Amino acid sequence: MTSAAEPSTAAVTVLFFARLREELPQPRLHWPWSEAGTVNELRRDIAAQGNDWAALTEDLLVAVNQEMAGPEQTVKPGDEVAFFPPVTGG
Amino acid sequence: MLSDNQLLRYSRHIFLPEIDIQGQQALADARVLVLGAGGLGSPALMYLAAAGVGHLVVSDPDVVELSNLQRQIVHRQDSLDQLKADSARRHLLALNPDIEVDALPRALDDDELQQQAAAATVVVVGTDNFSSRHAANRACLSTGTPLVSAAAIAWEAQISTFDPRLADSPCFACLYPDSNEQALNCAETGVVSPLVGMLGSYQALEVIKLITGAGTPLIGRLQLFDARHGEWQTLRLKRNPECPACASFVASDTSRD
Repeated sequence: MTSAAEPSTAAVTVLFFARLREELPQPRLHWPWSEAGTVNELRRDIAAQGNDWAALTEDLLVAVNQEMAGPEQTVKPGDEVAFFPPVTGG
Repeated sequence: MLSDNQLLRYSRHIFLPEIDIQGQQALADARVLVLGAGGLGSPALMYLAAAGVGHLVVSDPDVVELSNLQRQIVHRQDSLDQLKADSARRHLLALNPDIEVDALPRALDDDELQQQAAAATVVVVGTDNFSSRHAANRACLSTGTPLVSAAAIAWEAQISTFDPRLADSPCFACLYPDSNEQALNCAETGVVSPLVGMLGSYQALEVIKLITGAGTPLIGRLQLFDARHGEWQTLRLKRNPECPACASFVASDTSRD
């Protein structure tokens, strides 16, 4: 991870909402991301850190720049990507 | 026509220029189908009844259990072991005898859901599983009925409104593809009581806005609420052109023109 000094464009901001915010070691990440890739690739990259990060499973919902996105949507450097769990309780 | 008594009863709606007598009359003329008389359905039904929605239809196959009373506030101690639909009807009429309430103490099959959605002005879904939400979504798509969907678990909740009368509105399946039952439910996980109160009340607010035309409903927006930290998120939600649930209805819409 780069130093906090400059908000590098070769990275994405990753946010975790709801239950994920509690379960993961950090509520947000500045994740190195120099070229375009998919939401799924980003998720797998982060989950590959293991331990608690393995909670980033493919059934999660995702928003890119505050818009709901599918697993194959492109993520570019500078984007904000949010992950959160599905909910159906009533 | 609203009676003098109704004009007084609903005066604090009528004072609002966005509702006025016309909007209150629209509420009186409306019929709202509420699927699930649980944590979300309870406050949704109570506010819709108090607000003067003329005809409520409540469907729930379950019986009131002691562990429901922590949050399902349309039911009372004396509702234990009664069917939720019947208990809800009794308490809603006590709140407002001015309205009609139909109790359907069963899970609706596709045919009945279709009939009820066709007769409804708006459908509210607050059930505890994805399959009933997808069934409601299909019925709303095929009958062109707006659907207000909320869900809550533990300390977190989601809400959105889908309006198949609008060509660019997403549907529930654009958000949740009809595939898995992975999500947690309150019966197994727990939920903080006023959270379902907030979201069920929000559903009633959405219904009133849809019926009266006031303001901007949550069509094309998904809101998340994190009750632990008191934070809301608003995310844009677009119609998925490849959504298997709504693509065919939109296509047939275009061919009608």
